[in-house]
Amino acid sequence: MEGYSRKDVGCPQLLDLIPKEKEWLVKSAEETNHGLSEEKKLELRLGPPGGDWTFKQICGPTNESLLFFGFLPNTTAGATTTTSPWQHQTKASFFSLMEKESCRMVELQGAEKKVFSPANTAVPNSSSAQKRTAPAPVVGWPPIRSFRKNLANGNSSKLSSELQKDFSQKPIENCPKNKFVKINMDGVPIGRKVDLKAFHSYEKLSSAVDELFRGLLSAQSDSSTNGIKKEVEGEKVISGLLDGSGEYTLVYEDNEGDRMLVGDVPWHMFVSTVKRLRVLKSSELPMLFCGSKPGRLSLDRSI
Amino acid sequence: MQTDPNPKKSKDSPSNSDSTESTQSASPFPDDVLGKVLSFLNSDKDRSSVSLVCKDWYNAERWTRTKLFIGNCYSVSPEIVATRFPKITSVTLKGKPRFSDFNLVPQNWGADVHYWLVMFAKVYPFLEELRLKRMTVSDESLEILATAFPGFRALSLMSCDGFSTDGLKSVATHCRNLTELDIQDTDIDDFNGGWLSCFPENFGSLEVLNFASLDSEVNFDALERLVSRCKSLRVLKVNKSITLDQLQRLLLRAPQLMELGTGSFQQELLPGQFGDLESAFSNCKNLRTLSGLWEVTSVYLPVLYAACTSLTFLNLSYAALRSVEFGNLIAYCPNLRRLWVLDTVEDKGLEAVGSSCPLLEELRVFPADPFDQQLHRGVTELGFVAVSRGCSKLHYVLYFCWQMTNAAVATIVQNCPNFTHFRLCIMNPGRPDYLTNEPMDEAFGAVVKTCTKLQRLSVSGLLTDLTFEYIGKHAKNLETLSVAFAGSSDLGMQCVLEGCPKLRKLEIRDCPFGNAALLSGLEKYEKMRSLWMSSCNVTITACQQLAREMPRLNVEVMKDKESDDSQADKVYVYRSVAGPRRDAPPFVLTL
Repeated sequence: MEGYSRKDVGCPQLLDLIPKEKEWLVKSAEETNHGLSEEKKLELRLGPPGGDWTFKQICGPTNESLLFFGFLPNTTAGATTTTSPWQHQTKASFFSLMEKESCRMVELQGAEKKVFSPANTAVPNSSSAQKRTAPAPVVGWPPIRSFRKNLANGNSSKLSSELQKDFSQKPIENCPKNKFVKINMDGVPIGRKVDLKAFHSYEKLSSAVDELFRGLLSAQSDSSTNGIKKEVEGEKVISGLLDGSGEYTLVYEDNEGDRMLVGDVPWHMFVSTVKRLRVLKSSELPMLFCGSKPGRLSLDRSI
Repeated sequence: MQTDPNPKKSKDSPSNSDSTESTQSASPFPDDVLGKVLSFLNSDKDRSSVSLVCKDWYNAERWTRTKLFIGNCYSVSPEIVATRFPKITSVTLKGKPRFSDFNLVPQNWGADVHYWLVMFAKVYPFLEELRLKRMTVSDESLEILATAFPGFRALSLMSCDGFSTDGLKSVATHCRNLTELDIQDTDIDDFNGGWLSCFPENFGSLEVLNFASLDSEVNFDALERLVSRCKSLRVLKVNKSITLDQLQRLLLRAPQLMELGTGSFQQELLPGQFGDLESAFSNCKNLRTLSGLWEVTSVYLPVLYAACTSLTFLNLSYAALRSVEFGNLIAYCPNLRRLWVLDTVEDKGLEAVGSSCPLLEELRVFPADPFDQQLHRGVTELGFVAVSRGCSKLHYVLYFCWQMTNAAVATIVQNCPNFTHFRLCIMNPGRPDYLTNEPMDEAFGAVVKTCTKLQRLSVSGLLTDLTFEYIGKHAKNLETLSVAFAGSSDLGMQCVLEGCPKLRKLEIRDCPFGNAALLSGLEKYEKMRSLWMSSCNVTITACQQLAREMPRLNVEVMKDKESDDSQADKVYVYRSVAGPRRDAPPFVLTL
């Protein structure tokens, strides 16, 4: 597998070889994709100039770990340049992919071989939202339009999370500067969107919600068409969103489709998993815990 | 569109003998007859041919052309178009290079429709239709569109950007005769759903309404009333905010629908509601296309069964269905011609397709998790083979997978030799045949040798120059070729440029093709719409040489920040009669 310099790939990631809950897995020959012998699998080789395309594998530990090297192959098909066709004049960066059932592709760079110490990188401890030290993907590859990526992630994260309980993050192509999520409030038919990256704490989010909806809520209480009774009169501050003390409570839908109470996890973790927000009436909160599907809440979305 | 600034003066009419009496050519047809005949011509290719016959025919053609198709908005200018064609009522404009879909083109690159609209407002007051693809459209432009053309009827925006729901408000408010509002694959500033409420209460002419790619909730009452009023509505694609019970109410209002895009399918329904939804679907006797189905779960799929028998196009690419539930659904769809799915259906699901859909012509399998570095689930070569066995009419495939073999592809094209569009994406770059470890050259060799009608090809996997030799030698009808992470040397690209006579669009990324390859296509590029080369081995000097020797080509280079000065990281070459573009942003170097 060739590596190639992608300028937008950041620093190579380090290998975390120290297993957490998982055990060291040893793969048998059938499970590898390339039908190489056991011996070959464990062999670390440099790709020779003019050599054939071979893939080096190390079958190692869990999927949380990653080893990065860049590989610049020289094919036999008449490449005359001294540097590989894949290498750009500037610095090479590294690209590696992980294999099914955690067989690893290890690629060695012809000229510059870098060795990474299998030091334990700082990995978040919480198992509910553990980020993989995943490789930064190539820009624009696979060639899927961004709207498809977002939609697919929303759906498939449910699937994969059933099988892999430990990590939930998919690598994103580039770090967006905004994260706009929808926020709807009980009793207000039109929703808003907030940029979560503009807030740095739950408190800021809470006061933003108050600002966004205070006016809308009082306007709703004036209308009599929607039959939802409101006892608010005049513009009343929306408070107590986070601790259950107010008339409304802030909940969110995470990337697994589950409805969660806002405030349990560290802010940055919340930002990375939240998909949308809802402001519910606190009096309806008990429904969260005795819905027919555990952890799932169905609300009439026309609210 | 081909413009011909120097139309030939030769005549092909036999009755030339009286030409000494007039300076003008004696065409056998009176002008109005010629005009009448030409008005039947719809194909642009035919019209271009006609315009080259002689000056009379050029003029007759230009006066009778009503539909304008411009595949690259920079190949011609608004002024040239306005001068040549006085009677346009329908315009299709395409802008950015296709790789902009994958974030390879920076923001503000161009393809802004604004100056086109300003010109159209001046010269085409009777404009009725505007279809844009990969263009930047501002709210101001939409305002012009909404107010400058009293007869405006159809707006279609595909993969466009730059506008917000405010722009849509203008359109809804002012376009009294709107029949079509079709917004696809578009990521815009969606402030709120209020735009839909801007359609006047007496407005009822919509036939096509597609707002599936917008996010925010629209006022459902307004939507329901709108749908009731629009008796000719045949295409309705709503967004995710529309719930199942709302959908049911819409279907009751519009049982005549031919194309439906549902909203979100995730909602707890009471048993009565379920039955209502089921009968609403079965009442839609004309339904041919079904899409949307976000978050659909197996529980609700049966409501669709009644509608499935008449379906010809089913788009499940937003629904992460698994093989069993998908298999059950597809069994009800014997008349499908086109199917889009997510790879969550896996090979087993595709086997079901092979056995249930003998009329299938198009299949697209999208990856649910394109960055999945772990499991590589999804479909394999087996699913593709299974479909090819059962669906001999298959001619269009887009297939994302993690593994493939040469043998499988050879089998596939043997089963389906009529491929016109073969787009295979093996998602790990440079992947060999996973069984033999050989390059995938023979796979694509088989494709081009067997599928003589092939128009479009996307290659992937580990490929040497041999693949391109095959392509150049056999793909005589190839018009569009997409290449990524493939090839070994300049020879590959040269083979394609020398060998494919009908090549129009060539897009290449991350391949070891360099200056020699680029320059070997000197003569060729004028016959093509465009060439894109990024992250290859091309230098600025070579691009300058190309620009010098071919003045009717625009050669544009974009550099990445960290690369050294001589590298041309992104090269975009296209023919143009309008000269270098004047709106190029600073990061685009025009050579």
